[in-house]
Amino acid sequence: MSDMTAVTVPVAEPSPKVETPFQRFRAEFFESKIATVALGVFLIIVLLAVFAPWITPQNPYDLAQVSVMDGRLPPGSEAFDGYTMWLGSDGSGRDLYSAILYGLRISLTVGLASGVIALLIGMAIGLVAAYAGGRIEAIIMRIVDLQLSFPASLVALMMVAALGKGVDKIILALVIAQWAYYARTVRATALVERGKEYVEAAQCLGISRFRIVFRHILPNCMAPLIVVGTVQTASAISLEATLSFLGVGLPQTEPSIGVLIANGFEYMLSGRYWISVFPGLALLFTVVSINLVGDHLRDVLNPRLKK
Amino acid sequence: MTVFIIRRLLQALLVVFMMSVIVFFGVNIVGDPVYMLVSPDADQADIEAAISRLGLDRPIWEQYGLFLKGAAQGDLGNSFIFGEPALKLILHHMPATMELAFSALFLAIVIGIPLGLYAGLYPDSRLSKGIMAASIFGFSLPTFWVGLMLIMLFAVELQWVPATGRGDLGSFLGIQSSIFTLDGLSHIFLPALNLALLKISLAIRLTRAGVREAMGLDYVKYARAKGLSTRRIIFVHVMKNIMIPVVTVMGLEFGSLIGFSVVTETIFAWPGMGKLLIDAILQLDRPVVVAYLMIIVLFFVLINLIVDILYSILDPRVRLQDQGA
Repeated sequence: MSDMTAVTVPVAEPSPKVETPFQRFRAEFFESKIATVALGVFLIIVLLAVFAPWITPQNPYDLAQVSVMDGRLPPGSEAFDGYTMWLGSDGSGRDLYSAILYGLRISLTVGLASGVIALLIGMAIGLVAAYAGGRIEAIIMRIVDLQLSFPASLVALMMVAALGKGVDKIILALVIAQWAYYARTVRATALVERGKEYVEAAQCLGISRFRIVFRHILPNCMAPLIVVGTVQTASAISLEATLSFLGVGLPQTEPSIGVLIANGFEYMLSGRYWISVFPGLALLFTVVSINLVGDHLRDVLNPRLKK
Repeated sequence: MTVFIIRRLLQALLVVFMMSVIVFFGVNIVGDPVYMLVSPDADQADIEAAISRLGLDRPIWEQYGLFLKGAAQGDLGNSFIFGEPALKLILHHMPATMELAFSALFLAIVIGIPLGLYAGLYPDSRLSKGIMAASIFGFSLPTFWVGLMLIMLFAVELQWVPATGRGDLGSFLGIQSSIFTLDGLSHIFLPALNLALLKISLAIRLTRAGVREAMGLDYVKYARAKGLSTRRIIFVHVMKNIMIPVVTVMGLEFGSLIGFSVVTETIFAWPGMGKLLIDAILQLDRPVVVAYLMIIVLFFVLINLIVDILYSILDPRVRLQDQGA
């Protein structure tokens, strides 16, 4: 018994600062001023969209609150109801600031929903390909390569041409246009991970294939997936806006940012720039801020660039 | 080699066939074009006559069979709206799209490569940093919004160039195009620039990366040691080596230029295939939509096929890998 006390394991001094991986990640992320600002801008945009009903002077789609008398007013004009339209109004008298925030809700929802669904589907297919190998992998990767040889915008356009308008159809079209990017990323990462020792160890322990894939390999594929996810979500938002602008995306009853820009287009040639320009700026800030965050995430999460 | 090409050809055929199934059934399940074409006060007999005239009363797989049979003979059906063969309509609009895409490619090369060269030679200068920042914007700005801004600035505010249409056509060597008249050039400038922006950014980045890599290589050091002027090293030795990959990639991007032209053509009312497609989608003119999509698929499959074959000639590993799989 006395021996046991003698061999006490040298307990490390309880250091006051144990840096978890997340803390390290956070510290590295906020090193970049541009990325920090971009993240801030994006969070503000999300908050504005979420709280739109409480911080806008009108609900632009409640006909009782919109007056045609207010149509096409330049920025800073006073509305019929007394509040100031800082960004002007559109052709049917909607306050543009309100319309943009409500539009952001739709744009962000469509972008995030299609991003998440495409991520889940692409991830599952990529994992299956990486783990099954052989013929299944060859077939899946052929399809992925094939699809990636067409630009995503063209695939999405073909899909909406075939599917028609509507929120669900746009999300489906975006998912079909984007799943392959996730599948390729996951498969490439999973192939590297599969060869590592911890997977071998898990196999020796007799853990089921399914468990190894989802509990051991998948968590290690998350970093590149997150990077691809941010960039693809930005491109989904921009694609939806493009399709809606062309009139083949969302219908007028679901006025996303793209629909707002399309509505303002006809007034642009007569010099009423604000109806298109302000929604455009909102779209711009959203897409660029997500892209900047994604760009920096790529640097932070890339182990090859680790100091 | 022959086996490889035959395999790829068969694959390409399979892709085109699969796409024809997806496109045809997808497009034909949506909407009912009859109600768009028959006047609202038409009676039941008129509607039925229209349906049978358009062949819409047959089962969809029979319609598809007819479509395939026609497609094999170069007949992709008649437009519901214009009553003309869909293929003829698209071929009629194709030159406008092609001239737009070629002009954009030209702009991308003459603007992108010099800027990329500068940014690669002087990576630390302020101007280079500005060029690179601008290229990030070129990548992330939505094309259609940039198009609107171009119209607003150059056509509405400054009134330098017209915003819409194709302008006067000139004829040269039997080809009719806007780029042969001054008026046409003023019309094509904005849409071509809009379409080119993404590719300009791409050309800048490719050239810059190539130049930065090449400047450290032995042949450049050797040329310097030999006492060649910097100008000669850059424009003769370095450029020759980096132009091959840059031009290859830019050529590959030609297909995506045609795809993207849908957006640009709609904004600038450019009478090309892309605008035809959008109009056809909005008017439920299904044969035109199907025909456009089939032509685009064919186009891309062809480009990819040519690239694959070229690569397999240049790099035998591609061929061997394919046989292993």
